[in-house]
Amino acid sequence: MHDNATSPSHGEGLAPVENDFIRILKKRASSVAFWRGIASIVAFTLFWEFCARFHVPVIGNVPAPSEVLASLAVQIKLAYYWLSWADSMIRIFTGFIIAQIIGVPLGLFLGANNKARETLFPIFEIMRPVPPLAWVPVSVIFWPSAEMSMIFVTFLGAFFTVVLNIVEGITSIDIRYIRAAYSLGSTKRDIFWRVLLPASLPSVVVGMTVGMGITWAVVVAAEMIATNTGLGFLTWRGYVAGEYPIIVVGMMSIGLAGYLSSALIRYVGAKFTPWLKTR
Amino acid sequence: MINNMSNTGMQAGEMVVDNLVKTYGTDILTKVVLDDCSFVLERSKLTVLVGPSGCGKSTIINVLAGYEKPTSGRVLLDGEQISGPGPDRLVVFQETALFPWMTTFENVAYGPEVRKEMKGKELRDAVMHLLELVGLEDFRDKYPTQLSGGMQRRTELVRAMINHPKVMFMDEPFRGLDAMTRSLMQEYYVRLFEEHRGTNLFITSELEEGIFLADRLVILTNQPCRVKKIMNVDLPRPRDFSVMGSSEYLNIKREALELLHEEAMKSFASGAVNAADFLEAYSHMGEDQAKPRSHV
Repeated sequence: MHDNATSPSHGEGLAPVENDFIRILKKRASSVAFWRGIASIVAFTLFWEFCARFHVPVIGNVPAPSEVLASLAVQIKLAYYWLSWADSMIRIFTGFIIAQIIGVPLGLFLGANNKARETLFPIFEIMRPVPPLAWVPVSVIFWPSAEMSMIFVTFLGAFFTVVLNIVEGITSIDIRYIRAAYSLGSTKRDIFWRVLLPASLPSVVVGMTVGMGITWAVVVAAEMIATNTGLGFLTWRGYVAGEYPIIVVGMMSIGLAGYLSSALIRYVGAKFTPWLKTR
Repeated sequence: MINNMSNTGMQAGEMVVDNLVKTYGTDILTKVVLDDCSFVLERSKLTVLVGPSGCGKSTIINVLAGYEKPTSGRVLLDGEQISGPGPDRLVVFQETALFPWMTTFENVAYGPEVRKEMKGKELRDAVMHLLELVGLEDFRDKYPTQLSGGMQRRTELVRAMINHPKVMFMDEPFRGLDAMTRSLMQEYYVRLFEEHRGTNLFITSELEEGIFLADRLVILTNQPCRVKKIMNVDLPRPRDFSVMGSSEYLNIKREALELLHEEAMKSFASGAVNAADFLEAYSHMGEDQAKPRSHV
């Protein structure tokens, strides 16, 4: 936080990070567990290919991996495919970031202020169980454009999770931390900035990670219903047009996009909560 | 091991606890936790409160530290009534209450920093001096979860000491440590106290630990918590574990055990766990006197 004279964590380029990355890869590659995982994926793909080639009932209707790969090779050359990525990403991050900008301060406020929590929290308790997707029709009516309504639904997906996690995080802080801080001469301001806020950070990160997952689930469904762009629509279009390999390409792209977004949140989250990483 | 303490200068205060009563609940359903507790924390003395688990010892600390208001009675520090928590009375908590999100250095620096008493090099030097004193200078940038139990307690001790409190409250600070670390911490703490001669209040449910540390031993009753007896422990200082074989020690232990036995029976009847330990210690008392058990 301060006094960084001797700690080597700041102001260095990407080189050490890259080394870390390579080191971790090397370590992974040398473990039996890693190769067992790879073998399982290869076996699964072969099984899938086999089923598709020999028209095994049910699973044989899914396009074979070879077809999917061929389709993917075509898709990645098309601007439309990358536009779908961009559109979905923009929706996700716009909704997600707005949810953080409103949700984090609101969560901190509700967590730190008993009266406000008692007054406002019941509203959250009522709204929370409504699945974000159930908001789609209403938000299409509310908002002037499909884009705005999708961002709104995405926002909702992340918003409740984040607020609830922060409130939960703050209200479950060990009272001894607050007592110790008061004994040591803290003002209310110190308590908020130096105890409540850092103590709730792990919950914020958990809320964000979970919220990000929900956000992808919501945006994909919303795209299938309300628009004609994005990875969700790409997948849907594959179905409508009868180009089945595209469905699988879309599914895998969504999976990858979701994974990358969550990894980003986890990475940033770990930077903000260094004390959770022991050793 | 511990020298050069002069510039950590603790000003010892005197604390008077006068007819303290603490009840919880409403008029209809009242639970009396502390009933008319009176004792004095004498200047530069180590007072140990010993009583069965769940008898209300921690409540006494909560009131004395200013976290809870007494239902009636007064708590005076150097003649002045206390109001709320403050850096003149610091608590070392059960388990650990180090801030997990701060490094060892940041934890120790926290007090002087928020009170804006020291900053920059002065603060850094003061913190490092104390960390060296407890042998933790190499762990300044570690987080509490990266420290062992004993290191956490030492950090917590200096986090309090850097503020020059007039009284230190130790709320079963060594509970949860393994036997080896625990006895090391007892030895360490007693030496720290003997160097400093601050006013200390130490709470424990372990009689042997209590007698080993104490200048004065306050024996508490169970539910409600009252002062049963105050005993002076005139064992020689500096102390080490060899005193536990002396006849004075055993006499005090015998007398205290007799007093506690009664309370332990009550506690046992009401389901407290530690009472069983007392009963067992009581039943072994004869053997103890014949052949003093070596500690650790």
